[in-house]
Amino acid sequence: MKTPPPLQKDVQDACFEYLLRLGDDLLVLGHRLSEWCGHAGILEEDIALANLALDCLGQANNFLTLAGQIEGKGRTADDLAYFRDETEFRNCALVEQLNGDFATTIARHFLFCTASFYLYEKLQESSFKPLAAIAKKSLKEIIYHHRHSREWIIRLGDGTPESHLRAQQALNELWMFTAELHQTDALEAKLVQEGIAADRATLLGKWQQTVSQVLNEATLTIPPDGYMYSGARIGRHTEYLGHILSEMQIVARSHPNARW
Amino acid sequence: MSSTKTPRVEEPNVVEGDSQWLLWEVFVQAENGSAHEHAGSVRAPDRELALQNARDVFARRGPVRSIWIVPAEAITASSSADAASFFDPGDDKVYRHPQFYKVPKGMQ
Repeated sequence: MKTPPPLQKDVQDACFEYLLRLGDDLLVLGHRLSEWCGHAGILEEDIALANLALDCLGQANNFLTLAGQIEGKGRTADDLAYFRDETEFRNCALVEQLNGDFATTIARHFLFCTASFYLYEKLQESSFKPLAAIAKKSLKEIIYHHRHSREWIIRLGDGTPESHLRAQQALNELWMFTAELHQTDALEAKLVQEGIAADRATLLGKWQQTVSQVLNEATLTIPPDGYMYSGARIGRHTEYLGHILSEMQIVARSHPNARW
Repeated sequence: MSSTKTPRVEEPNVVEGDSQWLLWEVFVQAENGSAHEHAGSVRAPDRELALQNARDVFARRGPVRSIWIVPAEAITASSSADAASFFDPGDDKVYRHPQFYKVPKGMQ
C-alpha cells in the first residue's frame, strides 16, 4: 500500500482512532467466526463461515495497516492486533459476543454486516482516498456476507418452531448491542466534517428499514429498544473480549518478532 | 441494497427419512464463453443455499464467471453395466475419427 497523504495533526489522531474502530470490528468478528472452524453443523456451512472469517480478517488487515501508517510510529497491523490490551480495542460490543448457537452467530452477522454495507457504501466517497479504496474493496465482500446471513435468518425464522425460537432468542439477546453500530461522537463528527468519515447516525434509517424488512419476511419480531449497551468504542468492553484476546495474542506475545 | 425476495420456487423432492440435505451437482465456468464444467457436489436445503454453498466450496480460489447448480436427481446417468455396449464399439473403428484430413497450415 502506498504511503497515504499527510493530514493535519488533530485530524491524523482522529483518523487513527477511527481506523482502529473500523479495523477492530472486523478483527474481533473474524476471530469469533473462525471459532466455528471444524464445528459447524454441516461441512458446506463450516467452509462458508471460514470464508466469512477470512474476509473479515483481510479487511481488518487493510484498516489496521492504514491505521499504523497514519499513526506514523512504525506500528504494523500485527503490532496493533497482538500488542494492544483489551481497553485499547475500539470494536463495538456486538462483534465480541459469544457465537452461541448457529442462530446467534447468524443474527450477529446479519445485524453487523447490514450496518457495514451502508457504512462502506458511504465511505467509498471518503475524501481520504486510501480509506475510500479499502471501503470499495470491502463492500464487494460485505454484499455477499449480507446475502448469506439474510438468507439464513429468513430460513431460521420461517423454518421449524425450534429454529424460529432460537432465531428470536438470538435477536432478543443481541439487540442491546446494536445501538453502538450507529452511535457517533465528537471524534467522528470532526472526521465527518472533513469528509473523511461517514455520519453513522444518518445511516440508521436505512439499517432499520432493511433489518425490519428481512425480519418481517423471516416472521421474526424486532425486539424493543430496552437498555442499550455503549462504551466499547472507548474501551469499556463486555467480559468476552478479554478472553478472545488472550487466545488470539498468546502466541505472538510468547514469541515476539517470531517469523515463519 | 439488492433485497431480492427469496424465491419460493418449487424445490426437488425431499426423500422421507433421509436427514441429509439435498444433493446438488456444481458446474463452474472459468471464463466467458467457455463450457460449465463439473466441479463436484454440495449438500443444501434449497436452490439459493446450494448456489451459495457451491460458491463457497468451489469458487473461492481461481477465476470463476458463473456457477450452475443442478439437483442431482435431475441427472440421468448411464449405468456401468451398459458401458461395454455403449462405448466399446467406438474403439476399433479408426474411420469414425475425423483424422484423415490434411489441415491447411494456416488453420493449425
